[in-house]
Amino acid sequence: MTSTGRASVGRAPVRLVAPAVLAVAFLVFPLVALLVRTPWSTLPDQLRSPALADALVLSLETSTAAMTVAALVGTPLAWLLARLSFPGRSLLRVMVAVPLVLPPVVAGVALLTAFGRQGLLGQPLFEAFGITIPFTTAAVVIAHAFVALPFYVISVEGALRTTDREYDVVAATLGASRWTTFTRVTLPMALPGVLAGLVLGWARSLGEFGATITFAGNFRGTTQTMPLLVYTDLQSDQGAAIVVSVILLLVSVAVLALLRDRWFEQVAR
Amino acid sequence: MSDPGGGFLDASVVVRRPQHTLDAALCAERGDVVAVIGPNGAGKSTLLRALAGLVALDEGTVSCADRRWEAPGRRLRTQDRNVGMVFQEQLLFPHLSARGNVAFGPRSRGASRRVAHRLADAWLDRLGVGDLADRRPAQLSGGQAQRVAIARALATDPALLLLDEPLAALDVGVAMSLRFELARHLASFQGATVLVTHDALDTLTLANRVVVLDQGRVAQVGTPEEVSSRPRTGHVARLVGLNVLRGTARGTDVALADGSTLVSVTEAHGEVFAAFPPAAVTLTAEEPTGSARNRWPGTVRSVVPHGPAVRVHLDAAAALIADVTPTSAVRLGLEPGRRVWATVKATEVAVYGAEESLPSVP
Repeated sequence: MTSTGRASVGRAPVRLVAPAVLAVAFLVFPLVALLVRTPWSTLPDQLRSPALADALVLSLETSTAAMTVAALVGTPLAWLLARLSFPGRSLLRVMVAVPLVLPPVVAGVALLTAFGRQGLLGQPLFEAFGITIPFTTAAVVIAHAFVALPFYVISVEGALRTTDREYDVVAATLGASRWTTFTRVTLPMALPGVLAGLVLGWARSLGEFGATITFAGNFRGTTQTMPLLVYTDLQSDQGAAIVVSVILLLVSVAVLALLRDRWFEQVAR
Repeated sequence: MSDPGGGFLDASVVVRRPQHTLDAALCAERGDVVAVIGPNGAGKSTLLRALAGLVALDEGTVSCADRRWEAPGRRLRTQDRNVGMVFQEQLLFPHLSARGNVAFGPRSRGASRRVAHRLADAWLDRLGVGDLADRRPAQLSGGQAQRVAIARALATDPALLLLDEPLAALDVGVAMSLRFELARHLASFQGATVLVTHDALDTLTLANRVVVLDQGRVAQVGTPEEVSSRPRTGHVARLVGLNVLRGTARGTDVALADGSTLVSVTEAHGEVFAAFPPAAVTLTAEEPTGSARNRWPGTVRSVVPHGPAVRVHLDAAAALIADVTPTSAVRLGLEPGRRVWATVKATEVAVYGAEESLPSVP
């Protein structure tokens, strides 16, 4: 198998090919099983289930809301990390990345201790204004934003770091303020990274389970997102759980396709 | 801002770095093109960036067009200085068209989109790239991109135009044609221009004044003709291809560092430079017996073609360069290590003072 223009250095050794095939099988087989076991005959009825519609709408809304929050506060944070030198920047970068490695259920507990009714901020908030955050749709958005924000910030920071800072200098010599430079030069040049970060974060938040169920609970219509519906269905009706799972799988694949075709190439270029 | 007085551009720049210090003064009037030359690390780019406000001064002042740009404890930000800058690598914004790039400055300074675009198109036309206005930088050749970059810098109507080796990254042919065009645009430019370059040709064709930097200090100031015919630094001597020796003059004799004597026809006293072109150096295999008193034994270090001649670098009284015809190169068997005699007629040697005070700024 010699592809044109590339020198052949002999056949690929079995010792490498065999484990690689095994890895692919390991990744693909469960997904195939999912599709095989999908109750295709009753699918149209399943799709009309009100619980599914509620969960799907809620998931799309909360994930989108979470990424809006991420874009509003995460973009400036990414800029700060990429462009300014200040003491403690390395520490800050580590702190931003912690939710990436934190078990989601721990994130949920942490959010409860912060914003729960007895939480550090939640208690005064409740006592002063009667505002309750946990077990509301707002809590779902907060949980999603908490886990997705690091994905977004790291992606955007990477994109900002790879854009040459000399362009900021050029903009300054042309009379642009730092804000104008940010909006008209820095951000547009980092746009592929920003979009990739949005999609990655959105996908991460769409699949969020642990932090959501811990902090927001599992109430249909207000906090029951798609993954939570899968979990609920699994205890009573496995077929329904599979249907919801297939929908999530399709969304994930669509996201990946979107990333590959549109934005990964731009980033690579 | 108080009226600083003095010339159109009046800068005295001190920037301290752990490894080196830049301490240089620079003045220019409207229409002046000042070339800043010097070896790598001499501080040329630092000087340019200090004028643009991209590097903070440790001491000194910068004023331009009757405005104080920088004084101790007070500095105008780059964006508030009326500068235009052209970089060696163009640095066109990749996400904007050529028109968008040129319109960026006027837009940043408050022009409406329509006005800025009209201005951009006019500047692109003037630089001969009007038909490329809709292209992205990635679709432009190096020469085209540099034209757009020049248009972008000029479109803000700067008081001070800063050119950082604008032709260095271009192909020789492209650089040549753009050089003459740039000369034309600079001639009609109303502000002052500071040009950092490594190229003797840039200096001679574009500049009307030259500042030679050496180790962060001004080593020489003059017209391009003065500097190229009477260089005071080895760097400029090499740049313009002259032999320049330093010594102590007593009458027409110049005592060189190696103990030998160089004879000229110019009376001088004290520390001097003695310059002569490579073509004035004659090479012979044996010690010459003629009247020439400037003769030194030496060793050939390298032999390379140089236009129609052959350029010979040799260690004689100092490191010398000699241009000989290919015929004599063959007859003398010139090759590295060959022992030869170098001869220079006294009438070919120009002698000028090393201590002569630098021409003061206008």
